[in-house]
Amino acid sequence: MGEASILRDRLLPIGTVVLALLALWYVFVVVLNAPFERDTAARAGTTISFAELLPKTMAQERPVLPAPHQVFAELWDTTVNKAITSKRSLVYHAWVTLSATLMGFGMGAVLGILLAIAIVHNRAMDRSLMPWVIASQTIPILAIAPMIIVVLNAVGISGLMPKALISTYLSFFPIVVGMVKGLRSPEQIQLDLMHTYNASATQTFWKLRWPSSMPYLFTSLKVAIAISLVGAIVGELPTGAVAGLGARLLAGSYYGQTVQIWAALFMAAAVAALLVIVVGFAHTLVLKRMGARA
Amino acid sequence: MNLSILLSAIVFWLAAWAFNEWLVRQRFLNPAANRAARIAVPLIFGATILVLWEGIVRGFNVPSVLLPPPSMIWARLISSVPTLWADFRQTFLKSVITGYALGCGLGFLVAILIDRSPFLQKGLLPLGNFVSALPVIGVAPIMVMWFGFDWQSKVAVVVIMTFFPMLVNTVSGLAATSHMERDLMRTYAADWFQTLVKLRLPAAWPFIFNALKINSTLALIGAIVAEFFGTPIVGMGFRISTEVGRMNVDMVWAEIAVAAVAGSAFYGAVALIERIVTFWHPSVRGGQA
Repeated sequence: MGEASILRDRLLPIGTVVLALLALWYVFVVVLNAPFERDTAARAGTTISFAELLPKTMAQERPVLPAPHQVFAELWDTTVNKAITSKRSLVYHAWVTLSATLMGFGMGAVLGILLAIAIVHNRAMDRSLMPWVIASQTIPILAIAPMIIVVLNAVGISGLMPKALISTYLSFFPIVVGMVKGLRSPEQIQLDLMHTYNASATQTFWKLRWPSSMPYLFTSLKVAIAISLVGAIVGELPTGAVAGLGARLLAGSYYGQTVQIWAALFMAAAVAALLVIVVGFAHTLVLKRMGARA
Repeated sequence: MNLSILLSAIVFWLAAWAFNEWLVRQRFLNPAANRAARIAVPLIFGATILVLWEGIVRGFNVPSVLLPPPSMIWARLISSVPTLWADFRQTFLKSVITGYALGCGLGFLVAILIDRSPFLQKGLLPLGNFVSALPVIGVAPIMVMWFGFDWQSKVAVVVIMTFFPMLVNTVSGLAATSHMERDLMRTYAADWFQTLVKLRLPAAWPFIFNALKINSTLALIGAIVAEFFGTPIVGMGFRISTEVGRMNVDMVWAEIAVAAVAGSAFYGAVALIERIVTFWHPSVRGGQA
């Protein structure tokens, strides 16, 4: 029953949808790329039959929509066939983005947790800071990204740090909100128990509040790491397309290299999936060590 | 370095902080005064940040290329209202609103359509959750290539960004009713449509509004970032990226202020409608949305 239900409930439906999407993709490849082939044929003074057209739409150099196999060939070519130190290697660019993401995420997590602790323990902080933390989520922070990059460059800070700062800015909000909720999640009766033990605020924090906030922390960490990747990618746009996945996207859009854009997109998706899975894995590990049921 | 300005800003900060500390400890007998104090505390905090910002920038003589003082940004905002309005119309009224309505509407419709097929739900939901974690903003260059430089390409980006959160939230909202309630509808001999309209949609509103709120932020971000990849010579994202290049940082900040106000107002409007529609929900009845 166990294996069969995984097959029936997950693999089969997801597989079907993925296959359907792939098929739809191929249909769109033909539809979107056909005008170009017809144009070339008309310019050469010939007409082209559908049977001739079909393979040609899938092998254009700069297609409107590259076929999936072209994207995967590009992915394979730029990850496996190139040395990882080469500027043509997608692994190199992914690493540039990933390091900025992780640095920003780390700083954002520390900052967010510290801020949440301050908010929980100080009423004035809670009343004055919390509305702004929530309001700031409604502001398109990413719009400031180019300015932060340029301004920090002017002061002499360049490279990893400006991108990491944007990631920090984006990732610390969900962590603050989640952690405040988590640190407040112990019930009054539990807090009263700590009180009868004559526990100090520090002891209450480490033995009750901190452990009970873990599920909230990891949920917001997952959100935070996903948007800190977005922050790092957007942060790479205004630097003039030097290195990183965002730079690949921008360079691809300047030179019309659609296959390169799609390959960078898939790489970004893979990195995002990897990061979320790692955080999810850490979540299970921590919960298990805390003695929660699997 | 101008010590007196710096000092007065710091004095103002300490005074406002002390006043806030005092204010949160007060218990007013009059409920209206209590509510006023609740609102005053964050407002004072915001004002303090502005004063401190102004004081530090003026006190240390920070070059305005790095960080202009709020007063300078305000002056720039007032003097360039026509430009800002044109940008606002291009980015917000054309791209964001259209894309938001289309994306949320499509997500909602698809969720209703796949509602009767558990197979499709099982297939689409994990994918939708997965896509929500992806840097979807990366499709912006492709959309600009397909739909041209004008607002249509921005609408496409916004639609893609807002579609999946709406889909995922609506599907889980439609599943939020318990067996007991659905059985009751069955005993009333309600058909699928009646159950949907009278039971499951009302129960799904909190989830749907959650998606609407998330999407209001995403839509603005999507439209602005998509403009970094190519746009006609108007639009908030365009203005930000070109004025940064020309080191007109005060104009950038003015644009950001407009974006912030627009984003907050958009979010606030959705939250207000949520309070009206889901008046029965515990989080609204408790008095805090």
